[in-house]
Amino acid sequence: MDFTLGEDRQALVDVLSRSLRERYSIARRRAAAKETPGHDRETWGQLAEIGAIGALFDEARGGFGGSPFDVVAVFETLGNALVGEPVLATLMAGSVLPTNVLEAVIAGETIPTIALYEPQSRYDWTDVQTRATTDGDGWRLNGAKAVVSFGEAADLLVVSARTEDGTFGLFVVPAKTEGVEIRGYATNDGQRAADIRLIDVAAPGDARIGGEQEAARAVALGTLAVCAESVGIMTWLKDTTLEYLRTRVQFGAPIGRNQALQHRMAEVLIEIEQSRSAVINAAAAFDGDTLARDTALAAAKYSIGTNATRVAEESIQLHGGIGMTAELELSHYAKRAIMIDHDLGDADHHLSRYIALTAAA
Amino acid sequence: MDLAYTPEEEAFRAEVRTFLAEELPARLSDKVRGGRNLSKADIQEWQSILSRKGWLAPHWPAEYGGAGWSVTQKFIYEQESALAHTPPVIPFGLNMLAPVLIKYGSEEQKAHWLPRMLRGDDWWCQGYSEPGAGSDLASVRTVAVRDGDHYIVNGQKTWTTMGQHANMIFCLVRTDNSGSRQQGISFLLVDMTAPGVEVRPIITLDGDHEVNEIFFTDVRVPAENLLGEEGRGWTYAKYLLTYERTSMAGLGQSRAALGWLKQIAQKEKANGVPLARDPLFAARLARVEIALANLQTTTMRVVAAAAAGGAPGAESSMLKIRGTEIRQEISSLTRRAIGPYAQPFLPEALEDGHNEEPVGPDYAAPITPTYLNLRKLTIFGGSNEIQKNIITKAILDL
Ligand SMILES: Cc1cc2nc3c(=O)[nH]c(=O)nc-3n(C[C@H](O)[C@H](O)[C@H](O)COP(=O)(O)OP(=O)(O)OC[C@H]3O[C@@H](n4cnc5c(N)ncnc54)[C@H](O)[C@@H]3O)c2cc1C
Repeated sequence: MDFTLGEDRQALVDVLSRSLRERYSIARRRAAAKETPGHDRETWGQLAEIGAIGALFDEARGGFGGSPFDVVAVFETLGNALVGEPVLATLMAGSVLPTNVLEAVIAGETIPTIALYEPQSRYDWTDVQTRATTDGDGWRLNGAKAVVSFGEAADLLVVSARTEDGTFGLFVVPAKTEGVEIRGYATNDGQRAADIRLIDVAAPGDARIGGEQEAARAVALGTLAVCAESVGIMTWLKDTTLEYLRTRVQFGAPIGRNQALQHRMAEVLIEIEQSRSAVINAAAAFDGDTLARDTALAAAKYSIGTNATRVAEESIQLHGGIGMTAELELSHYAKRAIMIDHDLGDADHHLSRYIALTAAA
Repeated sequence: MDLAYTPEEEAFRAEVRTFLAEELPARLSDKVRGGRNLSKADIQEWQSILSRKGWLAPHWPAEYGGAGWSVTQKFIYEQESALAHTPPVIPFGLNMLAPVLIKYGSEEQKAHWLPRMLRGDDWWCQGYSEPGAGSDLASVRTVAVRDGDHYIVNGQKTWTTMGQHANMIFCLVRTDNSGSRQQGISFLLVDMTAPGVEVRPIITLDGDHEVNEIFFTDVRVPAENLLGEEGRGWTYAKYLLTYERTSMAGLGQSRAALGWLKQIAQKEKANGVPLARDPLFAARLARVEIALANLQTTTMRVVAAAAAGGAPGAESSMLKIRGTEIRQEISSLTRRAIGPYAQPFLPEALEDGHNEEPVGPDYAAPITPTYLNLRKLTIFGGSNEIQKNIITKAILDL
């Protein structure tokens, strides 16, 4: 057994985390989230240059990684630095984009996003009311998409829609197309998202780039990625809170001397290690049969949804009043950790999915 | 045993309900229910309605302008107010300082400050905490040095709730360093409009401005603003804290919030079914509802004991711990209930005069900020860990 990252992956992680440490900051992230496009173009350029985007895709598609463990390594590192860039959107959308388009994405020149969820769909991406009707050789798209990650930053939108016969399809549309209405806003975890309306949007015949299977794989990849991001965030929260317990003095001693708090930190540590194992399970099952993949992913996202919220809440609590402030980096990490539960299905959603999947087996 | 209210208490409850139905402006209760931001004027408007009715300080003895209610009446009143979504009454003067003044203040101090509270002339805030004195309150370092008929105050307070609206602050200050840490503390009433007082905002993680830092540089405070005796501030502070904690269970607020959550859980759908009927969500909802019912009876048992003459002591710690946990759980479930629409952050939607089309359901915008803001409940007023320390010592004798 070998739970190490391997040389190449470790090298990428080292370069990426060093670069983020040196050049990236919460201040930058906050400034970017205040307005469109909602991310820091310079950071995006650097991520592309270092190869963080290329590492998400395999060689056949112009990248140099693309394995589930590559995705995990990159996202854990991004989480640990609390990067607020459209990497998740790029991973998911990129997984279905044609190779010739992906080239510009990997180079950092084009940013795509994926819009699967709708105002009524909650976390069920197969609940699609957006319509794709044939129009000559092409398509007309009509519908609404909800809380699209980095909707304003994207040059390309990958949207789901059902065709006249009810078939699920993925369509790619340039964001600047007439009839695409994007309403952007900040999110509670200091990033940006958008609600999007498609009003009679014209798309050529080859705009259809995938179906239900491709969407399922994109969601699976995204789920794996946010789980790994969360592990990186939780690790940061734990390290920072430990440091605080060692230094904050009350009643003449560091608060970490209180056994009541020591045991709480021990629990936090266990939750994080359990989460890490859940992510490893999901990555290991990823390329096997889809039932095994989806079961392991449901288990991972359930574990993350439950544990990350707990770790975040504990970190705030153990910091006392200071943990409640926007000025402290901690609160931003905590908010992202909690909001990940609302990305791609929360703990309840994945628990019921797990029950359904294992009952079928 | 008889868990029902007496006919007199029921009659009282009906009277409270009628008053709220007639006098509580719908504009205000809508804001409170919807979690939108209340302005200083909103809070003052409700306080003056209560003042006219003689219900602003119901727990004060009648001789000072209180309603002279029993503990049970006060409990009923708090429940009904919360369920009707009244704005909060700012507790620092009316509920915290007043009992201390009444018990330890001079006749002049009572005659001066209490009527001003009832008229709403002063907005009080609480200056206990400092950067180095949180849970360990006795380590306050803000100093007050006697200079003729004044004290000169220097130091810093922090986490001062709504200090940006206040003109008066009651402070724990150090007047002596020689004895035990508790001995050298005095209780001072400071005019915040005096030269040398500076208020700086602290923005909390939900994006709101609710707390402040307050800096004192050579602030001159008339010696008659010393409450009680010099060096006995710790005694007064502890007395005040028991008043702070008895109302912190937030039972009424939890009941109101749970009612709201249940309405939302009917509207939100998971897999085509209302969330209230989703087995996992329904289980979470049921658990917190049961916990709340249990807490309600526990609270009433403590109330009944207090009504029979016992002072609320360490029991109030029990209520604070469980009450705040329940309220946090309800706010956390409400956040879960709205699914992906827990993510958009739209602070402008919480302000007056906002009339843009909502993002997602029209009740969504305040929900995550409220969840984040309510993390404070287990931290302030003596953190829940400190309350557990109190219980282990005072009740469990460990
Ligand atoms: C929103 C908000 C509003 C507030 N409003 C006011 C106000 O108006 N006026 C005012 O004076 N103060 C106010 N406070 C301050 C509040 O009372 C303090 O935050 C609280 O007492 C905790 O102190 P601290 O923040 O310094 O945390 P610390 O005392 O540093 O505690 C950090 C952590 O260590 C734990 N801990 C500390 N000591 C022990 C121990 N012995 N055993 C076990 N665990 C321990 C705590 O429980 C906490 O989890 C407010 C705080 C907040 C967050």
